[in-house]
Amino acid sequence: MTETRNRRAEGIQIFFDEMKDASGAPRDPYAQYNEWFSGEDPKILLKKSSEAEAFFRRIGITFNVYGASEADERLIPFDIVPRIISAREWRTLERGIEQRVRAINAFLHDIYHRQEIIKAGRLPKEIVANNAAFLPQMIGVSPPGGIYTHIIGVDLVRTGEDDFFVLEDNARTPSGVSYMLENRETMLQMFPELFTKLRVQPVSSYPQQLRKSLSNCAPPGMRNASPTVAVLTPGIHNSAYFEHAFLADEMGAELVEATDLSIVDGYVAMRTTQGYQTVDVLYRRVDDDYLDPLNFNPNSLLGVPGIFDVYRAGNITLANAPGTGIADDKALYSYMPDIVEFYTGEKAILKNVPTHRCSDPEALAYVLDHLKELVVKEVHGSGGYGMLVGPAASKKELSAFAKKLKARPGNYIAQPTLALSTVPIMTKKGLAPRHVDLRPFVLVSPNSIHVTAGGLTRVALKAGSLVVNSSQGGGTKDTWVLGD
Amino acid sequence: MLGKTAGGLFWMFRYLERSENAARLLEAGWRMALTRSDSADTEWESVLTTVGARTAYNRHYDNYDAANVINFLLRDKENPGSILSMLEQARNNARLVRTALSREVWESTNECWMTLKSDLARPVPDRDLAAVLSAVRYRTAVVRGSLHGTMLRNDIYDFSRIGTFLERADNTARILDVKYYILLPSAAALGSSLDNAQWETILRSVSAYRSYRWLYPGDINAKGISDFLILDQRMPRSLAFCMAKIASHLENLEQQYGVRHESHDLSDRMLLDRKRHSVDRIFDDGLHEFLVDRIKCTSRLAAQIETDFRFYG
Repeated sequence: MTETRNRRAEGIQIFFDEMKDASGAPRDPYAQYNEWFSGEDPKILLKKSSEAEAFFRRIGITFNVYGASEADERLIPFDIVPRIISAREWRTLERGIEQRVRAINAFLHDIYHRQEIIKAGRLPKEIVANNAAFLPQMIGVSPPGGIYTHIIGVDLVRTGEDDFFVLEDNARTPSGVSYMLENRETMLQMFPELFTKLRVQPVSSYPQQLRKSLSNCAPPGMRNASPTVAVLTPGIHNSAYFEHAFLADEMGAELVEATDLSIVDGYVAMRTTQGYQTVDVLYRRVDDDYLDPLNFNPNSLLGVPGIFDVYRAGNITLANAPGTGIADDKALYSYMPDIVEFYTGEKAILKNVPTHRCSDPEALAYVLDHLKELVVKEVHGSGGYGMLVGPAASKKELSAFAKKLKARPGNYIAQPTLALSTVPIMTKKGLAPRHVDLRPFVLVSPNSIHVTAGGLTRVALKAGSLVVNSSQGGGTKDTWVLGD
Repeated sequence: MLGKTAGGLFWMFRYLERSENAARLLEAGWRMALTRSDSADTEWESVLTTVGARTAYNRHYDNYDAANVINFLLRDKENPGSILSMLEQARNNARLVRTALSREVWESTNECWMTLKSDLARPVPDRDLAAVLSAVRYRTAVVRGSLHGTMLRNDIYDFSRIGTFLERADNTARILDVKYYILLPSAAALGSSLDNAQWETILRSVSAYRSYRWLYPGDINAKGISDFLILDQRMPRSLAFCMAKIASHLENLEQQYGVRHESHDLSDRMLLDRKRHSVDRIFDDGLHEFLVDRIKCTSRLAAQIETDFRFYG
């Protein structure tokens, strides 16, 4: 690979490619795929790419862009080259994720009860006390089954053969699982022959697992003989509405909006054609703030007045529990290795990205000096908004950001620019490497933690770009975890 | 089932049916305009009246020029009753009730909207009009076919069908009412057969031109057409047919839910059959009065169903 050699000579960073090693030979997990690919006609593969787009449009797997004109529904681009992970690699990830998720639930219980971790001096008090994601209303509340985060998405990035890092945890309402499922469906339809050659672990049981997992967390005060599960959506204009409807449909649960729900005799009930029916478990895709205008944001029209009181009385399960945002807050992120160790008594299996907390004056000085090499994130931001990627920023952008940083240092954290691994995508000129991340999905119930073997691989479609968010020009790939 | 879902299904199928009916009316009007330019304006006016859009149209235009009427009814976004607006409404309702629909029904509804949205993105030139109108009928037929072929026969199906037949009954009554003066025996028309092109338009508006000729061979007259569209149980767009369907789907709901509502009684009272009704009686009492009453009752029944099954909070 002359290009690689030239780059190395110029001192340009070399990225770990998951399909091919430095010599251009396929890595083990991709060996069979590579063999298949070299026998295919690129023209036909490109045609399949456009077929995939038509397929996604027809099933309506689109997302609405906030602020865009009415009925503007966009597709997240899908790339037909799968991201492949070996069974061995996956086992490590799985163990690491389970450990992290156990720690997060223990942390949430602790932080809303005795706050041992603060008493032990492992976490500064201010970081919780002054945090908007900490929900005082949850103090002393124990959710049914002791589970806070029924559904978690853990964002991982890779920089080398054995180097995986957790970029962030999504402990509120992680989205994207419908893409994991539909991407697989699409691949099965387009390349059935590949699935007979490679032993790809299935992901299709996720909705049933989700239903089972939610049912196992039904509240002790449940009235129905078997738990009634419903999905709460903000409505058809929400950007993730497709996913809400998809999951409800696949689980066989009702998809409700706040206007369908009322509090009847101390229980949450939905208005059906035959009167009110009690809901036992509500998988809510509405943020904490909007959940209950009586207990939280009084201006919310998306919420159910009084639902939090029913929750406190133990008569409904909310998944995820209110207040879980404190666990995935970026200000807390740098403490995660300590949190894992504190609650599990083990060293964290998955690494954290080294993080500078700009609230600390020394760290701030370092960050300002090295702004060009760092990625700076807003503590409460998401979706890739309000973020600075130092190496990609212009001088003007850097100095403007430095000003913001000095004005409110506590609002930011900074991390080294990670050399994210690449996986090729299909382009008109053939395969071309692009940076990726990975979001596996985890289901938590009192008796089990289930990590679906797969996940959502997001890919930056622009050459060289490190931002994989769909709102910023990212696409997705099917993620294959191979069997033994 | 959620009350909101029942309402969403009901309206989804009303909008689909209404778009299909509007396409048929446009087709019949277009044919009339092509064959008899002297009466084209009156014809377009009556099309607008039938779909209840005349007042809205007159706010925008001061003539009944074919191009304006067609554009207004086909794709004007300002007109909530344009085919494009209604298909969008149907699709929005389908999104709302996505979990109640089979994948086939959802996809055919979504494809219907996507196809027509692109077909109707720009004004439709005369030479493409027939193809576009036939696409509306074809796409809505695919949705109906998917419903038949893939959905469980439960309350979801019942609410969908009730929406369809309420809309259809309303539509057939309106078409007849707008044209009732043609059907009335006047001095000139008495005893003679009707103006050919006029009765053809009525029959074409309900896709019944050929079937009428098969079922009523020979003389074509006012009573024959009225009997066919009001009382003939074989004709899938007749009032009698629609009312019988509504009653039977309401009965299904009564059995599934074990509750009888006011809408059940109301619908039973609206049933039409030859034992109790005859076209002679209807003509004696006044066709117009009869049709106006039917239109009122249909809308009262719709409102009662909304209340009985808790469509809204």
